[in-house]
Amino acid sequence: MVNPRKNRRYQHNKGDLFFKGLALLCAASVPLLMAGILAQLISSSSLSLKEFGFGFLTSQEWNPVTEVFGALSSTFGTIVSTLIAMIIAVPLGLVIAVFLVELAPPKISAFFGGAVELLAAIPSIIYGMWGLFIFAPIMADHVQPFLDKYFGFLPLFQGAKMGIGMLTAGLILALMILPYISSVSRDVFNMVPTVVKEAAYGQGATTWEVTRAVVLRYSLRGIVGAAFLGLGRALGETMAVTFVIGNSHRISASLFASSNSIASTLANEFTEAVEPLYLSSLVELGLVLFLITVGFQSMAQVWLWSIRKKLAD
Amino acid sequence: MKKMNRVLTILAGLAFVIALSFGSAGPVHAQTINGAGASFPYPVYSQWAYKYNQITGVQLNYQSIGSGGGIRQIKAKTVDFGASDAPLKKADLDEFGMIQFPMIMGGVVPVVHIKGIKPGELKLTPDVLVDLFLGKITKWNDPAIQALNPGLSIPEKDVTIVHRSDGSGTTWIITHYLTAVSSEWQEKVGASKAVSWPAGVGGKGNEGVASYVQRIDGSIGYVEFAYALQNNLTYIQLQNRAGKYVSPTKESFMAAAANADWQHAPGFYMVLVNQPGEESWPITGASFIILYKDQTNKETAAAILKFFDWCYQHGKEIALNLDYVPMPDNVIEIVQNVWAEEVQHNGKSLWK
Amino acid sequence: MHMEKLHIRPLKRRHITDYTVKVISTVGALVGLFFLTWILYEVTLRGLMALNWAFFTELPSPPGVTGGGVANAILGTVIITILAAIMGTPLGILAGVFLAEFGKGSKFSSLVRFMTNILIGVPSIIVGVFVYTLIVAPMKSFSGLAGAVSLAIIMLPVIVRTTEDMLNMVPNSLRESGLALGVSRWQVTLQIVFKAARSGMLTGILLAVARVSGETAPLLFTAMNSSYWLTSLNEPTANLTVTIFNYAMSPYADWQAKAWGASLLIMAAVLALNIFARLVTRKKVT
Repeated sequence: MVNPRKNRRYQHNKGDLFFKGLALLCAASVPLLMAGILAQLISSSSLSLKEFGFGFLTSQEWNPVTEVFGALSSTFGTIVSTLIAMIIAVPLGLVIAVFLVELAPPKISAFFGGAVELLAAIPSIIYGMWGLFIFAPIMADHVQPFLDKYFGFLPLFQGAKMGIGMLTAGLILALMILPYISSVSRDVFNMVPTVVKEAAYGQGATTWEVTRAVVLRYSLRGIVGAAFLGLGRALGETMAVTFVIGNSHRISASLFASSNSIASTLANEFTEAVEPLYLSSLVELGLVLFLITVGFQSMAQVWLWSIRKKLAD
Repeated sequence: MKKMNRVLTILAGLAFVIALSFGSAGPVHAQTINGAGASFPYPVYSQWAYKYNQITGVQLNYQSIGSGGGIRQIKAKTVDFGASDAPLKKADLDEFGMIQFPMIMGGVVPVVHIKGIKPGELKLTPDVLVDLFLGKITKWNDPAIQALNPGLSIPEKDVTIVHRSDGSGTTWIITHYLTAVSSEWQEKVGASKAVSWPAGVGGKGNEGVASYVQRIDGSIGYVEFAYALQNNLTYIQLQNRAGKYVSPTKESFMAAAANADWQHAPGFYMVLVNQPGEESWPITGASFIILYKDQTNKETAAAILKFFDWCYQHGKEIALNLDYVPMPDNVIEIVQNVWAEEVQHNGKSLWK
Repeated sequence: MHMEKLHIRPLKRRHITDYTVKVISTVGALVGLFFLTWILYEVTLRGLMALNWAFFTELPSPPGVTGGGVANAILGTVIITILAAIMGTPLGILAGVFLAEFGKGSKFSSLVRFMTNILIGVPSIIVGVFVYTLIVAPMKSFSGLAGAVSLAIIMLPVIVRTTEDMLNMVPNSLRESGLALGVSRWQVTLQIVFKAARSGMLTGILLAVARVSGETAPLLFTAMNSSYWLTSLNEPTANLTVTIFNYAMSPYADWQAKAWGASLLIMAAVLALNIFARLVTRKKVT
């Protein structure tokens, strides 16, 4: 109590130092976790890395009997199902965002917007259940025969109409990422300065003209960011895909055929694999998926960062 | 990594304390046995466990994750026992210090889903079955199938193969059968718990295959017989080694199993497919339990052996009700001799 | 006259284009809404049919034995999720505090921020594989604990990000007035800044909890499943989502019905948490 101020400051510094140190440690846990995952995946797949080398990525063989493994069929399934999802969900999501921002009366827009955000929260396994029990039979009985009848000359729409397979998986994924893309796009659209829009409307421009010339131009980069986020989610989705993709290691030209994604292969085979090389190959598949998603996420981050920087300027 | 491990350990410790307080507040701690593996015997194991739990309070948690999973998890010691329809070779068992013994026998049956065809109506020969699974026959009204079934009107429908997507003893049994009857199959595909299927879709577990077959018109898959019966799936008649068409029944499985010589099978390694006999169903197999010889937890080990003994002695009726074939008494005796000799805790035998 | 016509025609075309676009985007919104209500409708309808007293109170019964429920899985999911929150929340909040309060502009915090955003995008099944090799294999048992750790890893980045966002919204004047009074930095953070950002942070935590409570993939290789009540966290632990996966893939009508019931339950819980989380924020704002 002789020199209270000094004494107190000393204690504060000690407390602050401890608090800051603790916070730093917790913050460090995130990059450490990332490094840990990468290190663990690499070390657990060393056997197959050594055995197959880069050929692992280009081989479409997946044969537990002869113990020859390659990532191509699963990677192909992951990419194609994601591509189908993107082709459908991006335009549809944008159209929904245009509706929410430019067309719908505020009350309807708020209702739609809230509903869309809640739907993004539905667990993926529920999309899977719905896909398998309700959507797949409709695909088999109506959608696939229709596609076969009118577009059957394309190899894309040939083959047995099972209801499950690549196309169904892509459609379910599209539904899953749709709320994502539309809600991010809506937020981006809302960021367009009202003054600019009003000015355009004032000059007699129609809604579409304003959307095309002003809104889309302003938010193009934001939309790309939204698409990236949806893409990242679709690439790693497991449960919804596992239910409907058909789980077979084959590359087929037909979208009706059953296929496999990296995530669904892991879900099906990870607890089963006995032989060390088999297990190690599965972990390496996981490594491939990890690197793909980290790659896309990084691109998205850099992209969004550059927008923010541009906006700030 | 180290730092993270430490943080995790601290948090895990914290969580554990909370969990302990939770656990002690719950029901009285009961003996729990964890097992995992084959889905082929899952219906009978789960009913045994359910009944045994009602009688003794012992909780046997059996998760049907596939035979491959059973072997993998017992090797990793993440479960107390593993279950597999694909027996391990004696050398493999010795390497890990494990034993295996047969628990139950049953049949694997090809099941189809074709509009208008009822269970037991469709007749197939081994050759046609192989061609179907090889993807060489793509339509159900193929002349080869029509010729075997002159009385049936079979629609022109695409054939969809449904196979297992996980490592499976059911796959092991049927691919051993297909290998036994076709050299082409042996060359192109082979026999194992998981194979590279020439065509089709994959379902997880017997359950997964059964539900895909139910869902896809024009499909053919293979499941353990109990799954076919419980789900009213359309099984087929298959020509056996004696050239007779047989339906899958308890009796035809027993006929096939009767020829098995367990006494002289090292480590109980036994393949029961394509057995001789007029009445024999050609695709039969046994399901095995895998244990470590050297048990670290005396109570758990004793509880496991007690449970399986109860199943052998009192579980026959449940097994027969579900159309499995229980192990005959002489085989049970051989198995229990092995228990007495090999299953130990600190060098002391755990069975009489 | 001539001039006017020239002007009108493109105007008409412009209006037609505009009309078409309006129709397309309305139809698009309706298509989206249609599918999403369809899913909600089917899950609710089929789920409600499976719900009864036994569903909430009894243990699962084996195939062929009627009755039974998923009571142990409900409890297991609740416990695993709470444990995950206990592990993930303090870690995530402190990391968020570091980013917002101490690490402004430093290279290290840019790295942490970047990694946080990437960790959010890491597929949950990869986290499952990671925790299997980290905990399940060395501890030689599937466990509820391993399940909780994997969910905590998934929660972590979500909480870090929302905490940082919320703390950034607290005006600096509040901090400065606290510091000017001679209160130390950590007390300012805990007592003043946290109080101001409380509802936003709570929302973040609730949303993170909602997100992980519906996760299936990371539990497949960690918590696995069980047909009994859990007695310790070091053994396979029953949980709703893996139960849904197993039951839905089963051929038994009874089990499939229960899978729908469990889906309805988890969906209702997740949506309720989301709505509750949003209400918390709204109340504070207005």
